[in-house]
Amino acid sequence: MLSLDQLAIGQRAIIDALEATGPLLQRLLEMGLLEGEPVEVVAVAPLGDPIEIRLRDYRLSLRRAEAAGVRVRID
Amino acid sequence: MHRGDPSLPADPPRRLTVALVGNPNTGKTTLFNALSGMRQRVGNYPGVTVETKKGRLQIAGRMFELIDLPGTYSLAPRSPDEMLAVDVILGQQVGEARPDVVVSIVDASNLERNLYLTTQLLELGVPVVLALNMIDIAEGQGLRIDVDRLSRQLGLPVVAIQANKGRGLEQLRAAIAATALAGAGGRPRPETPAEPTVHGDGALPPCPTFPPAFEQEVEALHQRLGPSVPRFLVRRLLLDVGGHIEKRWTDRQSPNGAAVSRDELAAARQRLAEAGCPVPAVEARTRYGWIRAALAGCVVRPAQRPVSWTDRIDRVLTHPLWGTLVFAAVMFLIFQSIFYWARPLMDLIDAGRTWLTDLVIASWERPGPLRSLVTDGILAGVGSVLIFLPQIMILFLFIAMLEDCGYMARAAFLMDKLMSRCGLSGKSFIPMLSSLACAVPGIMATRVIENRRDRLATVLVAPLMSCSARLPVYVLMIGAFLTEGHPPWVPGLTMFTMYLIGLVTAPVMALLLKRTLLRGETPVFVLEMPLYKWPSLRTVLRRMTDAAWAFVYRAGTIILACMIVVWALLYFPTTDAEGRRYEERIARLERLDPQTPEVAAEVRRLHGEWKARSLLGRVGRAIEPVVRPLGWDWRLGMAALASFPAREVVVGTLGIIYDVGDVDPGEIAETPDVRQTELGQALLAAEWDGQPGRKVFTVPVALSVMVFFALCCQCASTLATIYRETRHWFWPAFTFTYMTLLAYVGAWGVYQVGSWWLGT
Repeated sequence: MLSLDQLAIGQRAIIDALEATGPLLQRLLEMGLLEGEPVEVVAVAPLGDPIEIRLRDYRLSLRRAEAAGVRVRID
Repeated sequence: MHRGDPSLPADPPRRLTVALVGNPNTGKTTLFNALSGMRQRVGNYPGVTVETKKGRLQIAGRMFELIDLPGTYSLAPRSPDEMLAVDVILGQQVGEARPDVVVSIVDASNLERNLYLTTQLLELGVPVVLALNMIDIAEGQGLRIDVDRLSRQLGLPVVAIQANKGRGLEQLRAAIAATALAGAGGRPRPETPAEPTVHGDGALPPCPTFPPAFEQEVEALHQRLGPSVPRFLVRRLLLDVGGHIEKRWTDRQSPNGAAVSRDELAAARQRLAEAGCPVPAVEARTRYGWIRAALAGCVVRPAQRPVSWTDRIDRVLTHPLWGTLVFAAVMFLIFQSIFYWARPLMDLIDAGRTWLTDLVIASWERPGPLRSLVTDGILAGVGSVLIFLPQIMILFLFIAMLEDCGYMARAAFLMDKLMSRCGLSGKSFIPMLSSLACAVPGIMATRVIENRRDRLATVLVAPLMSCSARLPVYVLMIGAFLTEGHPPWVPGLTMFTMYLIGLVTAPVMALLLKRTLLRGETPVFVLEMPLYKWPSLRTVLRRMTDAAWAFVYRAGTIILACMIVVWALLYFPTTDAEGRRYEERIARLERLDPQTPEVAAEVRRLHGEWKARSLLGRVGRAIEPVVRPLGWDWRLGMAALASFPAREVVVGTLGIIYDVGDVDPGEIAETPDVRQTELGQALLAAEWDGQPGRKVFTVPVALSVMVFFALCCQCASTLATIYRETRHWFWPAFTFTYMTLLAYVGAWGVYQVGSWWLGT
């Protein structure tokens, strides 16, 4: 089982499922993290957290703890 | 009948309202400024900490009211602040007319996610005009957007614009006017179409249609709540688990008194999950599904995504090493500018105040309460408000530029881990850093933090950071008591420790607040990293002047009132024990020629005696038992009380009370040897009343004074700014109380430990 926070910089994956709950889940959905969407990790902050991803036509940063709720698969 | 027909003169035309709605980073503010010109107002609402901006928009001779709603990604309110936009659009906000048109501004280079909010607007029963902003950037990325086709498929007027260059605004104005007038004359758009109508190129319904199972649950709830409740809110009740509507309608009652219990809601959500449309995912799936279908054939992407400028810049700016270095340089620049570059402007304001004061004194020869009120109360008060403007404007110049160009999100990204250790997020970094120069602009800078609890925690601990007003106190105490007879590293180490006190206490206090008073679930960090772009000069200047005006207008009046109260406490009573007026005695001495040193000394002695006999002086004597555990005599206690308007005032008050005349704190801060100054001499020689030979100031007392001023909140401007930003008296009162307690305990501890250590 792979989650978004485990990807290395430059790695691409497809979102499989969201395991977050509450406001985080709703925010992730609103920002377009849906099953089947491709994502790519583009950067990691100097202290190792948060990470920056690319999805749809934009970039988003989220904490590792938040990214851990996004299950992904490598295509 | 013909009210809406633009070809016929309306009788008398109702003022139409246009609301501007969009995601953050779409150039919404730039568009608002471009449409509404210079005359803008701020809209405030009870119980809400966000504001709206309002302006006028003239199209073809007709005046429209333009209202800029807070930027948001979604209309799924979780708090009263987020509910504001929904209430305004639904016409439920008291004092606001329901908008006749909503302009949905979207980033053309990021259409899918931006249209999510637009699809929610489509369900609110108000005509929508879509403004495709930053069309140039989208084209630069190789995106080709067929605007006409998009307009047909979305069923909306769509206008491509470049708000920062003013391109496309004429067409946008025309579209706004046409839509508003059509809507004002005809029927409003149905909130939810009963039948999906086929229009445009395909069989796309005019807004996303939720699965039948979901709509059935909505219908059942809607029946219960009554038809006067907008269907949009019923959907939100079902969709937003723990959201604002749920709290409002299950804790108390719905508008019609028909309460819905949490159990019923949970059961409905359970049924939906079993039916394959779980809440809240069903909303995102439905909306994004509709958006993809609507965009089909409208947007052509290049086969290979080109490497954009943002990609190239971010390779450096979010790089672990280079990114950190650039960040440090930018922060240093900001700090340097508010700490040092603001200085000449502040000196200029101060010189202006002195000049005016001298002018008043020269032309108003007879001293009296009124002259003193004008010079020492009002002019000093106005001066102490204006003196903050250079720092506020410089800080907001930087903040506006960093936000507008897209770097602010990167700064939060780089600093988040560090700040999360004290329960905050990366967005709190710049406010905290700015507070090292001055807490007033720092507190105002917390506006970049969306989460209410994070913002409050930052506001409440920002005044702990050692600001520049504490410097004169440190310099005076260290210079007088910790130089001679101490190793050369002592003064530097003491100064460093004073700064460290704030740097350590603030995060600890933030953590404590986030665990107690401001406890709650960890706010979602998820942060968009917008495209880099050149900041718009107009937007930046506007932010600067808005910040300055907000401070002068709201905080300034409170600061002025505080200054006048403290002035009165130090001015009255005006007579000595024999009933002779001090002002007249002093004036008589000052008229003597020649002014011998003895006469000058007598003048200073009279000033000191007058202050000691003043109301505040009496209070100082009365509270001496309270400050004695800190090692202070009543003079120090009184000087600390008199410094309520601002910490550095303590230096001037000490000067007067030790009969050396008013002392400029700025001069003390720049004096190479404090021991050679009159005030330094006076402090070194000061003895306890009635105990000849017992010195007031020892090293532990000097340390206790410094620690007190490091931790206390003797700053009316900070408290007024906290009130202005939180809109509640509780928070400034809380800040003052906790910081004073902290200061007292800290000063007491340092004095007691220091006395025991040195055996005094």
